[in-house]
Amino acid sequence: MAEHGHGGDGGLVLVVVLLGLLAVGSYLAALRRSRRRRPWARHRVACWVGGIALLGVGSAGPLAAAAHRSFVAHAVAHVLVGMAAPLLLVGAAPVTVALRALPVQAARLLSRVLRSRPARLVSEPAVAAALNLGGLWLLYLTPLYAYAQAQPAVHLAVHLHLVAAGCLLTAALVSPDPIPHRRRFGHRAVVLVAAVAGHAILAKYLYAHPPDGVTAAAAETGAMVMYYAGDAVEVVLMVVLCRRWFALPSPAAAVGPG
Amino acid sequence: MLVGVGVAAFVDETVFHQLLHWHHFYDRSTPDAGLVSDGVFHAVGWFAVVAGLFWFAALRRQDDLHVQRWLGGVLMGGGGFQLFDGTVQHKLLGLHQIRYGVDLLAYDLTWDLVAVLLLVAGVVLTLRARGTARAAERTRG
Repeated sequence: MAEHGHGGDGGLVLVVVLLGLLAVGSYLAALRRSRRRRPWARHRVACWVGGIALLGVGSAGPLAAAAHRSFVAHAVAHVLVGMAAPLLLVGAAPVTVALRALPVQAARLLSRVLRSRPARLVSEPAVAAALNLGGLWLLYLTPLYAYAQAQPAVHLAVHLHLVAAGCLLTAALVSPDPIPHRRRFGHRAVVLVAAVAGHAILAKYLYAHPPDGVTAAAAETGAMVMYYAGDAVEVVLMVVLCRRWFALPSPAAAVGPG
Repeated sequence: MLVGVGVAAFVDETVFHQLLHWHHFYDRSTPDAGLVSDGVFHAVGWFAVVAGLFWFAALRRQDDLHVQRWLGGVLMGGGGFQLFDGTVQHKLLGLHQIRYGVDLLAYDLTWDLVAVLLLVAGVVLTLRARGTARAAERTRG
């Protein structure tokens, strides 16, 4: 595997820290602007800060540096930025915060964008799941993985896709933000189960079929990280999804789980 | 109303399956079909546990929970799954074995026998629960 330093790791850390501070700062500033209208749950703020922090840890610093050399660290970083961070970020309901804080004109524009056809297409649970799993299968079952490890630009693109696709799928399944034409519980449950299955199958497949440039031992440990750490996040997703169902006025009437 | 609570049953399914998985993550002799079936069962199992528990809570909240019937459902689901796991997944698809390096026959038989016992116990409980419900209706009507 090629070693490369991202043009000085210190610089990257600085950029990521600044971006993280900017993200947290904007969220808090937006809340402050809209506070007069309605109170805001504290756990959502914690979700945002936690999500941004996880994103940062997985993108720059010791773990991200190790991810270039070891497949195991790479798997840990991927679960963090592709699954855990999106879950927290989506739980922070950033769209609601933005809609409340933005001036009317801008808020209208944002909601129009969210209701646009392309936005609706990618927030369709099945499409979001396909983007997610498709990206993973491409990354690990083609030479893309080795390529991304050697080319910083490709690596960045893969990284961004992972975060974006993770956020998209999480939002499509359990977003507390208003989503136009949200699918029913049963529909989202089926997509979630299918996505979990796809993730588990890929993890076990990688256990026995390492991507290019990864040793068998590293692939085994990395695959188990992907499988079990992935499970942990997925179970939280299931709990959040089922809680939504449980909170309905008469859950049993609205197609029970299963 | 309670017919589908058998799904909640997968509660013990996952315990069994997960505990065993830890010992046989993947033994490399698995054909692709087995891998797919395993992944699907893994996902369905987890979801059934979570959804089943929420369902249980929803029924309790509505005061519509019949413990005997629920237990019957759990046993039926658990037994049914184990039987499926023991026959189709372990044997037909050749996905991991129960244990390695020993004569498997005794293990397989015990596995399937336990499964059948659970299944029968579940059916009996469910039938009895149904009988009680009918009797209650008769006294009421």
